[in-house]
Amino acid sequence: MHPAASVIIFTSLSGLGFGLLFFLGLDRPVVSGWVAFTFFLIAYALAVGGLLASTFHLGNPQRAMKAFSQWRTSWLSREGVVSVATLLVMGLYAALLIFADIRIAPLGWLGSALCIATVYCTSMIYGQLKTVPRWNMSTTPALFILYSLAGGALLSAQLPFALFAIVILTAIQILSWARGDMSFSQAGHTIETATGLGALGKVRLLEAPHSGENYLTREMVHVIGRKHGQKLRVIATLCLGIIPVAMLLFFPVNHFSVVLIIILHVIGLFVSRWLFFAEAEHVVGLYYDKR
Amino acid sequence: MNHHQPDLDTSPEVSDEIRKTTCYMCACRCGINVHMKDGKVKYIEGNRDHPINKGVLCAKGSAGIMQHYSPARLRAPMKRVGERGEGKFEEISWDEAFDIAAKRLGPIREKAPHKLAFFTGRDQSQSLTSFWAQQFGTPNYAAHGGFCSVNMAAAGIYTMGGAFWEFGVPDWDRTKMFMIFGVAEDHDSNPIKMGLSKLKERGAKIVGVNPIRTGYNAIADEWVGITPGTDGLFVLAMIHVLLKAGKVDLDYLMRYTNAPMLVNMDETSNEFGLLLRDLQGQFMVQDRVTGKPAAFDKKGVKPVFSGEITYQGTKYTPVFQLMTEKYLSDDYAPEAVADRCGISAETIHRLAAELAHVAFEQEITIDQPWTDWKGEKHETMTGRPVSFHAMRGISAHSNGFQTCRAIHLLQIILGSVEVPGGYRFKPPYPKPVEGHPTPHSSTTPGGPLNGPHLGFTRGPEDLALNASGTPVRIDKAFTWENPMSSHGMMHMVISNAHAGDPYKIDTLFMYMANMSWNSSMNSRGVMDMLTDKDENGDYVIPNIIYSDAYSSEMVAFADLILPDTTYLERHDCISLLDRPISEADAICDSIRWPVVEPDRDVRGFQSALIQLGSKLGLPGFVNENGSAKYADYADYIVNHERRPGVGPLAGFRNKDGSGKGRGEPNPEQLNKYIENGGFWKDHIPDEALFYKPWNKAYQDWAVERGIFDKPSPYLFSIYVEPMQKFRLAAMGKGELQPPDHLRAQLIEAMDPLPVWWAPYEEQGIDCEEYPLHALTQRPAAMYHSWGSQNAWLRQIHGTNPLYVSGEVWTKHRFNEGDWAYVTSHHGKIKVPVVRMDALNPNTVWTWNAIGKRKGAWALDENAPEATKGFLLNHLIHELLPPKGDGLRWSNSDPITGQAAWYDLRVKIEKAPAEDGVSQPETPAQASPVGQGPKDIAYGGEF
Amino acid sequence: MTALPQTTAKKLGLVIDLDICVGCHACVINCKEWNTSNYGAPLSDQDAYGANPSGTFLNRIHTYEVKQPQKPAQTVHFPKSCLHCEDAPCVTVCPTGASYKRSEDGIVLVNESDCIGCGLCAWACPYGARELDAAEGVMKKCTLCVDRIYNENIPEIDREPACVRTCPANARHFGDFADPESDVSQMSAARGGMELMPEQGTKPVNRYLPPRPKADIHTDGDINILAPFLEPVADTPKGLLGWLDKALEAL
Repeated sequence: MHPAASVIIFTSLSGLGFGLLFFLGLDRPVVSGWVAFTFFLIAYALAVGGLLASTFHLGNPQRAMKAFSQWRTSWLSREGVVSVATLLVMGLYAALLIFADIRIAPLGWLGSALCIATVYCTSMIYGQLKTVPRWNMSTTPALFILYSLAGGALLSAQLPFALFAIVILTAIQILSWARGDMSFSQAGHTIETATGLGALGKVRLLEAPHSGENYLTREMVHVIGRKHGQKLRVIATLCLGIIPVAMLLFFPVNHFSVVLIIILHVIGLFVSRWLFFAEAEHVVGLYYDKR
Repeated sequence: MNHHQPDLDTSPEVSDEIRKTTCYMCACRCGINVHMKDGKVKYIEGNRDHPINKGVLCAKGSAGIMQHYSPARLRAPMKRVGERGEGKFEEISWDEAFDIAAKRLGPIREKAPHKLAFFTGRDQSQSLTSFWAQQFGTPNYAAHGGFCSVNMAAAGIYTMGGAFWEFGVPDWDRTKMFMIFGVAEDHDSNPIKMGLSKLKERGAKIVGVNPIRTGYNAIADEWVGITPGTDGLFVLAMIHVLLKAGKVDLDYLMRYTNAPMLVNMDETSNEFGLLLRDLQGQFMVQDRVTGKPAAFDKKGVKPVFSGEITYQGTKYTPVFQLMTEKYLSDDYAPEAVADRCGISAETIHRLAAELAHVAFEQEITIDQPWTDWKGEKHETMTGRPVSFHAMRGISAHSNGFQTCRAIHLLQIILGSVEVPGGYRFKPPYPKPVEGHPTPHSSTTPGGPLNGPHLGFTRGPEDLALNASGTPVRIDKAFTWENPMSSHGMMHMVISNAHAGDPYKIDTLFMYMANMSWNSSMNSRGVMDMLTDKDENGDYVIPNIIYSDAYSSEMVAFADLILPDTTYLERHDCISLLDRPISEADAICDSIRWPVVEPDRDVRGFQSALIQLGSKLGLPGFVNENGSAKYADYADYIVNHERRPGVGPLAGFRNKDGSGKGRGEPNPEQLNKYIENGGFWKDHIPDEALFYKPWNKAYQDWAVERGIFDKPSPYLFSIYVEPMQKFRLAAMGKGELQPPDHLRAQLIEAMDPLPVWWAPYEEQGIDCEEYPLHALTQRPAAMYHSWGSQNAWLRQIHGTNPLYVSGEVWTKHRFNEGDWAYVTSHHGKIKVPVVRMDALNPNTVWTWNAIGKRKGAWALDENAPEATKGFLLNHLIHELLPPKGDGLRWSNSDPITGQAAWYDLRVKIEKAPAEDGVSQPETPAQASPVGQGPKDIAYGGEF
Repeated sequence: MTALPQTTAKKLGLVIDLDICVGCHACVINCKEWNTSNYGAPLSDQDAYGANPSGTFLNRIHTYEVKQPQKPAQTVHFPKSCLHCEDAPCVTVCPTGASYKRSEDGIVLVNESDCIGCGLCAWACPYGARELDAAEGVMKKCTLCVDRIYNENIPEIDREPACVRTCPANARHFGDFADPESDVSQMSAARGGMELMPEQGTKPVNRYLPPRPKADIHTDGDINILAPFLEPVADTPKGLLGWLDKALEAL
């Protein structure tokens, strides 16, 4: 799939934002007043910024409001509805906390639950697609939620939890790459099933429909080199998991190191999210003999 | 949950009006319904009533909107302001354009009319353009048939008075086995697709003979991936097998062919090899009963097919025996030709057996009485349901004429021409050689030519030679080098004019022919010839006038441009005097008319030509008082009479529209055509539908319709006697003698029975060095160079890779995305390669005419057509590699002069991809029309 | 709304006959031509005369080569457009309700005024049947010419999709698969009409008729059951001419 900046930014930032909100809803860290304001500001900037980024890839963003209507069937619609609900609930919670210094814990818990639900909905936009076997796995929602929680924990300085989440995340990420590499062939899609011509022999594309590119080839037939992908996976694993874990375990923790860990982790997040799209192989590529 | 859906208007208004005209996105000439909305073209679909396409329409036809609104359309007459080839022009008025042309052409006509060479390309108005050239008086006129498919036309006419091309059609409704040789998207595109579909529906077998398995060959039930240039050998091997097994239709051969005619076998005779005739000039056969020669059509005469007879001291043998002796030779045994053809001997045997089985065991009979020209009544019509079609792949070889003849011979011995289930002619065909003119080339300064330029030579006396033996025509058509060049040789005009061989000309006047690019062999060489200057700094070809509707590559090389209209803005007639749109069951012709008026200062070329003709005072174009006879082409179409009562359009003649074929001009004729959907159609009577050359009812009907002036029945020529006349000359007989160096070629090539020789290019090169055959095919979605300016079509074929066989791919270790150098004896190109397994192992090929010169066709200079696209033309030369005898041998069929561009041999090697640009790169030409818009979204306004 | 109808009264769709498609692109261009000026936004073309031309098409033809070891390869032209799936994943993913499947005939459509151009439906389609128009930012797809097939302003005989009407080889057929007696149902049943990528579970309505077996590939082509039919009547020209004499006598 085409790794569009808008969707990478959207899923990464909103995941971080809702992750941070998740912890704020649980009153971790315990904050109030201007400090709380700053934390919530960061969380909202990430979550709302991410959501806004997603509209950049819309052909007609002015109609975006219509996307709230189909929550019964569409994960994308659900994501919209739930994210707005989350932001409203957490907004109320935050306003009361910051300006009235009142903390309504159940409201926070509800907000935190909605944060997880939002990230789950985001993940299911991709996870539901049978057309992209690498996404259509149980690890997809697990990964999105773990990225959100790990990032949120780092941003909210919940370091022991962060350590725990990053370790699990790294393991699931590696597992998901490994399983993802086999997912396409396991799903059983081949150029022969795509064309129905398997009974006649081995099928290969002789001539594409048009000599140039088209929407489908640009959007869904993106192919990256295997070696290139492996290098990026190593970088992602180091940045998002191994180095942060090592630093948390073996280095003194201070503001500087935490900021460094966050930066590294977010770089890892972006690289892995780029790979999430770039390595995803859509079955339509079979028709172009690019699988 | 509930399902909701929006209200939808499922009955929107489609258009304000439908205007029915004729397509011109290729030469197929389908009927189209042009839907007009707010004065613009909204939608084009096929016309269901139309004889050619019956409602269907191909990709090109459907993309007509984009052609009509193409940004490459020329806007006004132009004169050159830069150097030739640069593309720099200044727009001028039509008055100025005509003045410039007339000032040049008027004096030429008065002094030396041959100094004008007037050649047209994919022109569908040859009856007008040839008439104009004849009235001008130059001998130098032809259309593009010489590099198109003259081999098919000439071989067909000489053999059976009709041809493949669109002169005839397989009986799609009845045929049970169909073989198609060397056809991609050539003539006749939509009808072939429709026909194949009918065969599939009935379960008839389709055999595709073609080195490349695409298009029609892809859907054939059997693919024969023959080695290019060997079809003749393959067909003669099938004939060998059929003759050996006695699977020939003797009754058919006896009645309808010259198989029983007696051939003079006396080598010392001046009539050696000619057919025996009686005093009335009638062919003679040996009568079985009396054993004596008798006129073949004498009542009760039953001919002998074999043996030898001495008559008046001369020995004669029937054609059939000569044929049998020739083809029963082991040289034509399947085992002897298999390797050469790339087809196993078993396959050749099996296909011959299948043909014979269908022809003789599955014959069909129609209960339709008919009477032959001798008056004999037949109760039924018997058909041998095997049929054939062949085009380019046969034609564009130096053995194409004889190969095409071999296929006709196969059709004929199977008794499958003009019978139910076989191959059928479309009026005005059948029409024997005798019904066609001979070539004319005699000039008179200030006067017209002595007759039509093009025709069919009957012997050396018809050649276009001066008394000194030099060619009269600039293209050297109708000379000893190519005595039967019935369509002229447009591909030789520029190189001969540049060489001043046989003489220098003043003005080259061309229409719709992209000679500086994809319509020439040796494109680079042609560009150099067009721009070459002499020692005085003047162009070697002094003056070039060109007419085109679009900013093609050739535009850049002209001095004066006459801008043509698009096909939706013009009058045209698809005339019985030219190549009409008839069916086997009906006589038809059609028109184009301006369904949209031009929004530019352009004129239909034919109108411009007529206006130039009147300005020059050409007979036929001016009245006695010197005033213009016709205002424009529409006026000419309606009022011109070629013979009394016979004009460009056959339908709705006479004032009341009652005339069919014959009748006085009807001022309302064009309106009648428009009312009728743009065409006219008149059914052939049932008893005249088959056996047309010998069918009395057909012959009488054809006379009524003005096709002939008297009934013209004839026999098919298994043995083409006119060819022997050229051979006799080569043997030293007769007054007109060929130059010595051509005698051997004439004796070999002008064999009156079909014969095969290896393509000339491979005879002259080292085949181990150049092991591969290189071909082009026309893609179904593009027509020559036109398609690339079409925003929709160019997305389908914006580049063209060279397809190489799996064997070549593996041998050269090619990988996806690789490039290769392809080298011939003449040139070298660099091109992208793609693997294709469904391909003859020794063949490489590409789609033709995709490569474009930068700056042409209003495209961006970085358009893929100009960067990655390429032409094989750079590898082909109009001459053969030197043989060491100091002579120029042309790369063409020695009989017709047909350009042998499929003879090309190449070698291939891996090349570095570098910048991914194909070579050679030609510098850009300036675009006189700018470049097309960035983005388009047609149809939003409706 | 993006819920699929429980059932549809008709199941309109196409039969595409791969045995006869010659790959001429007639359907591709006539489809473009009809649809660019009819239902919804035009089908735009970007860089139309430039270096990277790319436009919206609702129907495209791929060309495949199919090969068995030691046999000649076969070329198959393969037109592809929306299959109007019964279980259309493109519909249910739509967040705005713009994509829907019509309950009366099963046609899958996009209501462009509701389309935000998110592209998710194109991602959900296994077949590449949906293309986002770069000029209008709305999703375009085959409408089965819903503005032709019921259109009372065009003659009844023409009330079929543009691609079907224009196909020179008659490789495309339109009809109701819900009716077992319809031509398309019968044709599909007789010729083993295929679903594309059945493992996706989309239940496509359109069917593809596979190419019939080729004589040069699927039979032992060189075993000649007709061989006895071509027994030589004689081995020499002379012998043949003797036979000929008798044959002529019989005429």
